[in-house]
Amino acid sequence: MTVTEDRVEASGHSATDREVGKSRKRKEDLRLLTGRTTWTDNHSLPGMLHMAILRSPVAHAKITNVDVSGALDRPGVIAAFSGQDFAEEQGVIPCAWPVTPDMVNPGHPSIAVGQVNHVGEAVAIVLARTKAAAQDALEAIDVDYEALPVVLDMEETVKDGADLVHSHTESNTSFRWVFDAGEAGTGTSTDEAFSGAEVTVSRRFIQQRLIPAFMEPRSSLADFQGEGVTLWSATQVPHILRLMIALSLGIPEHKVRVIAPDVGGGFGGKLQVTPEEFLVILASRRVGKPVKYTESRSESLLSAHHGRDQIQYIDIAAKRDGTVTGLRVRLLADMGAYLRLVSPGVPILGAFMYPAIYKFPAYNFTCDGVFTNKTPTDAYRGAGRPEATFAIERIMDELAAELDMDPMELRRKNWITHEEFPFTTVAGLTYDSGNYEAATDKALEMFGWDDLRAEQQQRRDAGDPIQLGLGISTFTEMCGLAPSRVLGSLSYGAGGWETASIRMLPSGKVEVVTGSSPHGQGHDTAWSQIVADQLGVGFDDVEVLHGDTASSPRGLDSYGSRSLVVGGIAVVKAAEKVVAKARKIAAHLLEANEDDLDFKDGSFSVRGTPDTKIGIQETALAVFAAHNYPEGIEPSLDSEATFDPENFSFPHGTHLCATEVDTETGRVTIRKYVCVDDVGELVNPVIVEGQVHGGLAQGIAQALFEEAVYDAEGNLTTGTFVDYTIPSATDLPHFDTANTVTASTTNPLGVKGVGEAGCIASTPAVVNAVVDAVRHRGVNDVQMPMTPERVWRALQGDQDSERAAEGTNAYGGATTEDEKLLDTGGPS
Amino acid sequence: MTQISVTVDGIKEVGEVEPRLLLVHYLRENLGKVGTVVGCDTSNCGACTVHLNGESVKSCSVLAVQADGCEVTTIEGLSQNGELHPMQQAFHDKHGLQCGFCTPGMIMAAVDLLKENPNPSEHEIREGIEGNLCRCTGYQNIVSAIQQAAGQGAGDAVQTTVSAIDQGANATAGASAGQSTGDAA
Repeated sequence: MTVTEDRVEASGHSATDREVGKSRKRKEDLRLLTGRTTWTDNHSLPGMLHMAILRSPVAHAKITNVDVSGALDRPGVIAAFSGQDFAEEQGVIPCAWPVTPDMVNPGHPSIAVGQVNHVGEAVAIVLARTKAAAQDALEAIDVDYEALPVVLDMEETVKDGADLVHSHTESNTSFRWVFDAGEAGTGTSTDEAFSGAEVTVSRRFIQQRLIPAFMEPRSSLADFQGEGVTLWSATQVPHILRLMIALSLGIPEHKVRVIAPDVGGGFGGKLQVTPEEFLVILASRRVGKPVKYTESRSESLLSAHHGRDQIQYIDIAAKRDGTVTGLRVRLLADMGAYLRLVSPGVPILGAFMYPAIYKFPAYNFTCDGVFTNKTPTDAYRGAGRPEATFAIERIMDELAAELDMDPMELRRKNWITHEEFPFTTVAGLTYDSGNYEAATDKALEMFGWDDLRAEQQQRRDAGDPIQLGLGISTFTEMCGLAPSRVLGSLSYGAGGWETASIRMLPSGKVEVVTGSSPHGQGHDTAWSQIVADQLGVGFDDVEVLHGDTASSPRGLDSYGSRSLVVGGIAVVKAAEKVVAKARKIAAHLLEANEDDLDFKDGSFSVRGTPDTKIGIQETALAVFAAHNYPEGIEPSLDSEATFDPENFSFPHGTHLCATEVDTETGRVTIRKYVCVDDVGELVNPVIVEGQVHGGLAQGIAQALFEEAVYDAEGNLTTGTFVDYTIPSATDLPHFDTANTVTASTTNPLGVKGVGEAGCIASTPAVVNAVVDAVRHRGVNDVQMPMTPERVWRALQGDQDSERAAEGTNAYGGATTEDEKLLDTGGPS
Repeated sequence: MTQISVTVDGIKEVGEVEPRLLLVHYLRENLGKVGTVVGCDTSNCGACTVHLNGESVKSCSVLAVQADGCEVTTIEGLSQNGELHPMQQAFHDKHGLQCGFCTPGMIMAAVDLLKENPNPSEHEIREGIEGNLCRCTGYQNIVSAIQQAAGQGAGDAVQTTVSAIDQGANATAGASAGQSTGDAA
């Protein structure tokens, strides 16, 4: 397949008038700008009750007694329940990704029965007429806990004889997942590569635990009536949620309707089937009233799933000339206390990306997923791929330092050149297209690399207390999840197709129903642009419907940068069917052979007599009247298409960061950030740029600001926005962004995913820049987030610096209260 | 319960409230003005920012009883005569919002920022909105939007009309008429 053969030259609009490629302002904005929003928490129903959740204050304990009777005496309280009250009907929170046949899944209740396994787990609920009354009554519930040993440190938890999180399991290891290129036939054994290596570099990197921290706290409203339930929820995945409610709670699927109204961000954090969603359903069924629950921010940070949290042991082998010869990765991945929807799959998604853009002949990857007494982890923007990109881009810099080579030269020596695509990597992925040279050259020019290098040398020579460092990240990622067969081969519980349908209304207006489920990405606008081109109708003639399983019954939702490259292509395919159906009707009306019709600018015309024509919108009216249409076909233009991609999407780019490090205080300031991303063809450049900006902010935040920290008892000590320090406007620099365009060859628009790219690429660029600034002082790593204290300690090189810099109990770090307090710094 | 009288978006409201009731909960729960949202519980995020007697406040940090006798303007009262406030228009023009949850508070804070400093530098804008968190945009397009609004004198809260609404705004208004996409009903 070539780029040009299968590219859609949208038949509807002439090239000069194409909507795709325009920076259209968003259709979504007006209601968001004026407060006319439909957030789940904005909804009320007649008779609705409010639910409050009593959450465990201890990380690991037997529950010996729960007495909710005190709550029932409080004013406005309608009911109160413990886990025991739902023990027979609460189902389990599903895990859809059993990555190995022998994976241990201990089972995840919606509400604890008999034992709690992390702080924040639901223990009891109160239903009351007002939210305040429900929350007030929580204090009247008595719970008796019998403490169990708390398991927090991944490296300890996998040792023989370690205390168990789940007493009915044999160990704290849920699964071991292995990929070996030699065995897979995609490369050679790493044993050989390392035993004969001229140079090897090994590192242990910490991917600290992060919290997605979407701005809209999660909220769910269940209205159980008869045999069925309608659930409004702040979710990224209404379709997956509907199916899981049916399968897990035993409510017939056709009696379950899930609505995702306006959803305020997700970043993977709302790619979940949550205990809270199940609880409002169970409560509504029990009391026969609508029940709403909206979490507080503190509850959100504590109980919505977390992300990252891996210890990465990575070894790279190379020749003295810089040619890489082998890569070996071993991961410990913290699942937290339970497996949630795709928890085990997150590190496995990363497994394929460690070799990145480089031509490694040998590769081995092993991941142990382990349990601890912490909040479960699951998808967070990038999900496995930021971790992989971080480790490979960091160790490429360390290898360059070992070889005394320029880090960009080392990359150029090893990356796939643009002539080599399509290229099958040692991890078995086939990258369809890319041009790393072009993106890098453009980025270097924008950055002013040589001048900054010269300034760095001047500062070093002068002994300037403010040292300058330059960091590189030449990344790629796999996204656009995904080919269903590939997901099947990875034991994922579902496919990766997406569905769209198009309804041609009698007046010629167009309704597009998409299975994608936006929560800030601007699908209404982008899908309208695509359909306008395909059908030759006006941008404003298109309405996009989504997020309600009653109106969009088929879909697999939005995550993994899949909406455009899967859902958007389904829209194209549905439009092609509309045009094909309209062509038959138009030919009949024009009394012509359909093969003789051209379709351009929204009209069918007879070749040779261009004035003999009919518009597709007029055709829609003719079809509605249905007075005159060909025998043997249905009088409808409406069409549906399901698109299952043949491959993942592989956006790439080059990110360059210059940081100033104050060697006296450890403070890091980003001086300049340049990125050139290649996400294929752009449907709406401004939306693409916005996605990159947001990704950069989150990736930089991992490098500098954010960490979910637990104390020795398993309490989350960063449980508010005071302590979990997502960046404000003053913490971030101006970003210089640009694109190169290397069209994807695996979809007809030539597009690639963009939602996660900035987040995946930016973290190692920042850390590489900081290490580069102080490498001459003997520093070769700084644990994230690189707080001033951690940078300062690294610069002191004192005996405890590494341990102190590692911070939390999770990674064998600080164990005393004072040390813990020292390690919870935030944005400077 | 305490009786309060508050003018909210130009409407005089009188009601009985618990002394502990926060202004944001009064707006959302008592008056149904759900355009103003709650994003945190520690006064960090600023999503609930409104104007109290013309100055921006985080309405989670004000008791409803403290607003007795005051004028409150929320995001719902910012546009006048069916025309977007220049700050709202600027956020639309510059793609200063994605999910839109921080947007009401961000816009109310930005309007007050320009009232105090009509021609802020980029640094002053970033400092001025430091109390409002956004997780989607990385702030860059929010800064651009505030710069655009500053150029149009959006800091003057009295003059809220837009001289010319461009094609894009018309397109948006057109789309909104049939805006049932995300509605729950």
